[in-house]
Amino acid sequence: MENQDKVKQMNGSGVKPGLAAEPTMRAQGKSEKVRDVAPADHRTPKAKSRGVNVYYGAKQALFSIDLDIFENEVTALIGPSGCGKSTFLRCLNRMNDVIDICRVEGKIEIDGDDIYSSGLDVVQLRERVGMVFQKPNPFPKSIYDNIAYGPRIHGLAEGKADMDEIVETSLTKAGLWNEVKERLHDPGTGLSGGQQQRLCIARAISVSPEVILMDEPCSALDPIATAHIEDLMFELKENYTIVIVTHSMQQAARVSQRTGFFHLGELVEVGKTEQIFQNPVDQRTQDYITGRFG
Amino acid sequence: MALAATAFALLVFSSFIIGQSRARASAGSSGLKLHSLPNYHGCYVALWAGVPALLILLLWLALEPVFLRSIVLDTIPERTASMSEQQLSVLFSEIQNKADGAFGITAADESLTRAIDSYKSLKRTSHFAMLAVFFSVCVLCLLFARSRIAPAFTARHAVEKAFNAFLFLSSLIAILTTIGIVCSLIFESIRFFQLVPFTDFVFGAKWSPQTAMRADQVASEGAFGAVPLFVGTILIAFIAMCVATPVGLFAAVYLAEYASKRTRVVAKPILEILAGIPTVVYGFFAALTVAPYVKDTAEALGLAASSESALAAGLVMGIMIIPFISSLSDDVINAVPQSLRDGSYAMGATKSETIKQVIVPAALPGIVGAVLLAISRAVGETMIVVMAAGLAANLTANPLSNVTTVTVQIVTILVGDQEFDSAKTLSAFALGLMLFFVTLLLNVIALRIVKKYREKYD
Amino acid sequence: MIDRRSEEYKKRSGDRMARRYRADRRFRLYGQAALVFGALALCILMVSIFSSGYTAFFRTQVALDVELDPDVLGVAAAEQEHLSLEQADYYTVVNRAIYNAIPGELERSDRKLAKGLISNGASVELREMVLENPALVGRTVKVNFTASSDLDQLHKGNVPRDVEEGLRRINDKQLAWYDRWVQEGRVSSTFNWNFFTSGDSRNPEMAGIGGAITGSIFTLLCFVLSFPVGVAAAVYLEEFAPKNKWTDMIEVNINNLAAVPSIIFGLLGLAILLNVFNMPRGTPVVGGMVLALMTLPTIIIACRASLKAVPPSIRQGALAMGASPMQVTLHHVLPLALPGTLTGTIIGLSQALGETAPLLMIGMVAFIVDIPGGVTDPSAVLPVQIYLWAESAERGFVEKTSAAIMIILAFLVTMNLFAIYLRQRFERRW
Repeated sequence: MENQDKVKQMNGSGVKPGLAAEPTMRAQGKSEKVRDVAPADHRTPKAKSRGVNVYYGAKQALFSIDLDIFENEVTALIGPSGCGKSTFLRCLNRMNDVIDICRVEGKIEIDGDDIYSSGLDVVQLRERVGMVFQKPNPFPKSIYDNIAYGPRIHGLAEGKADMDEIVETSLTKAGLWNEVKERLHDPGTGLSGGQQQRLCIARAISVSPEVILMDEPCSALDPIATAHIEDLMFELKENYTIVIVTHSMQQAARVSQRTGFFHLGELVEVGKTEQIFQNPVDQRTQDYITGRFG
Repeated sequence: MALAATAFALLVFSSFIIGQSRARASAGSSGLKLHSLPNYHGCYVALWAGVPALLILLLWLALEPVFLRSIVLDTIPERTASMSEQQLSVLFSEIQNKADGAFGITAADESLTRAIDSYKSLKRTSHFAMLAVFFSVCVLCLLFARSRIAPAFTARHAVEKAFNAFLFLSSLIAILTTIGIVCSLIFESIRFFQLVPFTDFVFGAKWSPQTAMRADQVASEGAFGAVPLFVGTILIAFIAMCVATPVGLFAAVYLAEYASKRTRVVAKPILEILAGIPTVVYGFFAALTVAPYVKDTAEALGLAASSESALAAGLVMGIMIIPFISSLSDDVINAVPQSLRDGSYAMGATKSETIKQVIVPAALPGIVGAVLLAISRAVGETMIVVMAAGLAANLTANPLSNVTTVTVQIVTILVGDQEFDSAKTLSAFALGLMLFFVTLLLNVIALRIVKKYREKYD
Repeated sequence: MIDRRSEEYKKRSGDRMARRYRADRRFRLYGQAALVFGALALCILMVSIFSSGYTAFFRTQVALDVELDPDVLGVAAAEQEHLSLEQADYYTVVNRAIYNAIPGELERSDRKLAKGLISNGASVELREMVLENPALVGRTVKVNFTASSDLDQLHKGNVPRDVEEGLRRINDKQLAWYDRWVQEGRVSSTFNWNFFTSGDSRNPEMAGIGGAITGSIFTLLCFVLSFPVGVAAAVYLEEFAPKNKWTDMIEVNINNLAAVPSIIFGLLGLAILLNVFNMPRGTPVVGGMVLALMTLPTIIIACRASLKAVPPSIRQGALAMGASPMQVTLHHVLPLALPGTLTGTIIGLSQALGETAPLLMIGMVAFIVDIPGGVTDPSAVLPVQIYLWAESAERGFVEKTSAAIMIILAFLVTMNLFAIYLRQRFERRW
């Protein structure tokens, strides 16, 4: 923890991280520009992507994305719809594998492990990188079984007591324990939308992931439930690395420490959230956050 | 007959033209704009010309035999006085057949000849009267409809109303079919239960429906205990489901979740072909290939097997039902939202874990519905068991022995000569009633479950 | 927090992953096994039917020298008229021809054996030949007669010849004659046109499916009447019916009716159509009506599904033009839904073509030799013919049954291919 604090202090001091000459880079021209605007950072990133291109069939959806994601921070990805931010998010736990026509090029590392290398087990990757979806998708099981699902398949609990504890901790961390502790064996689908989404967050953290990906987690929720989730993110970032895709610039400003702006499949600009919102370098970012388009 | 039909068709067609031109003329002479297009006026007149006449024709044809019968039988009171209702029917159909020349006119006695002659002349009179009434109704209605045509007349509404009535009546046919099924089964069954007590039928353990044909014949009484049939039906259906449920379900899961597009392109038609093969072909396959194989295998293992074993019929029936289960399950599995799969994969679950713990539980109601429908299909399946299962009503659970089923007995009893007053013939309807209600119950439950399931994910 | 870098965690999770992937592969294997089972069952079925059936398309015939002696025929040369030629004694002529083809004097019992090598229908064949060409009378001609079923099966190799005499239908003596005939080049094999054109027969070698095919066509003609009714019912329920308890009931009823066992429809036909309305037993008209009632739900459901698939925007567009609801349906919705409806109907049609059980109930199981001439003539249909032949004990009917199955499958495949073609040609995705 101490070490991390130190890293935090050094944040934003302006030294390039020395990754400029990554061999995996593809579309040189484009990534060059991105790197210019990316603020340098001394810290070792939790996850980093270099030259990521994604194709859906013949159509290219992402162009050479270079992005660093740091531990114990919320990284927000913003941009107009269809700009590829969700696609990028789904690259981080290889959920794009589910789509037949999707093809990913480039390199994404988490803690130095190339997650697209053939030796890496996608199931174990997803244990480390949890995900929360746009629409709450609790399994048609009880609240308890929803949370216990992950620990059960990954064999994380030794016995019933252990499992009970995991369920309770996860629900507590997700701020749902007090609301559901009386009805753990009711179906998860019977909860309200906001509760369902917190259930899904609890489900995601039940396997103690290192990174949590959130794909517009609040877009199906009302403002009060949204506020709940945002508070939750604030607390969760103490223990986890969070990447959130959001449509709402206000939300990005409220919850994130770093923000990346995507446009037409390119990462236009990435940096500290205040800097992006107050003093963007790129004209497109400027136009987007001032509401000229998007 | 053909002449009358042609005349009628011409009449209806010309009435269409009459209506059309009349409408045009009335619009032209009055200078008013027609409410409806001339075509609608034409249709209106044509409908009036055709429909009432046809209705009268149908009514006439339905009532004619009744009147003819009473009149013709009254001409020979000396014969009919002492006859029962049953005998009267037989006599009348004899008269009919002879009059129609089916067996050549070889009426032995004078009274019968008289009756036949009177039947013939009456029939001829009736025929002419019918045609006269038919065509006069046709023309009268045509004239009536024509008189109503005026520019302001809402012909389109009238035609659409008539068409709507036709649509409504068509949808009623489905209801009428059900009513027809229920009535025919219940009436004959009631007659059966007057002869054989209901409890004997449902709880009796001996089935041998041979009754004495004549009163003086020495024959067994006939036993109508249907329990062996029920057990046989359940046994064969159970074997079939043991084959079809796992295979169908795994095939569906594999096709929906694992298979590449190319595999699907090959595998789906295979299942569709299996589904399209007529059951009589399966029956022949069971009898020709599977039954001897089952017998040989069992004997090689030192087991006694009959040549028409429940196992052979059940196996083949199971193969027949595989595509049924797999296509229904395929539908319900595809109805499980992708978000649930994503949620499970994002938790780091493997494919089989996702299928076993998320998809199948989510699709379970639909799958249960599919299995119930398949059971109802297996219970009602006829040809396979007729050809491959036996006739002996053994009360056994041994799949290697031969058993008989409800459907086999219905076919055996009703193929060939029927006597609609013997308990044997009527028992087929009682069995049919049982079969109908059991399958109906299964269907209602299954369809309800499936419907609820669909609503959940829509 | 879990320490994912620790050796212990790595080892434990490694074992666990191996186990989980094994389970996954096993599960996948079950799925593949299920498909293979289905494919295998289909293969075995097809192979067993084709292998036992293809021989039925060939006919074994024996060439005999027939002496058409007018005296033996019973027609004196002076009165060679058709009437007498029709009633002439071809039987004796054929028998003599058979005896002549066998060397040596024949005992009474041997004559019977010899006759057993040629079909009972041989005299009919000769009769037809002579009636076609009366000039043959008085001459000696070489005629190819259909062999008896026993000889036919032996010649085709469907029954083994190297078994004990008692186990064969053809005894050693007959076998010797047959071998001699083969040497003399009398025995030949030809395409069995007769199979497609003639009706049923007690003699397997003479039996054909012409009558059954005709009966099936007549039955399906009556069945087709259910198409307008089905479409009308679907249109009413989908487009016009108010949504209330009554129409709900109709809908539930239709869905249930679709799953009622077919034999129940046979009972309906027997009790209502035959016993109440006194319609003629075992005729295509009754069969067609029963099948129509049976497949009506299928057609209604298919038609409703394709009506549902027509987007509401089309209806609204037409309504906004001032069309009445009926015009909207007839001019816009129904034409768009027609391909789907036709596909459903063809599928219903193929279901009806293969259906057997209800037809047994209404008496379409009679043995009928004549080819039916109309919808009110008693007739057999293809699946029932298959059933009847399958139930016959004679060995010769096995290949006939299989061949009839091949024909019905060919019909079904053609119909389904047509349905697929329709679907692909006209299907629209909204």
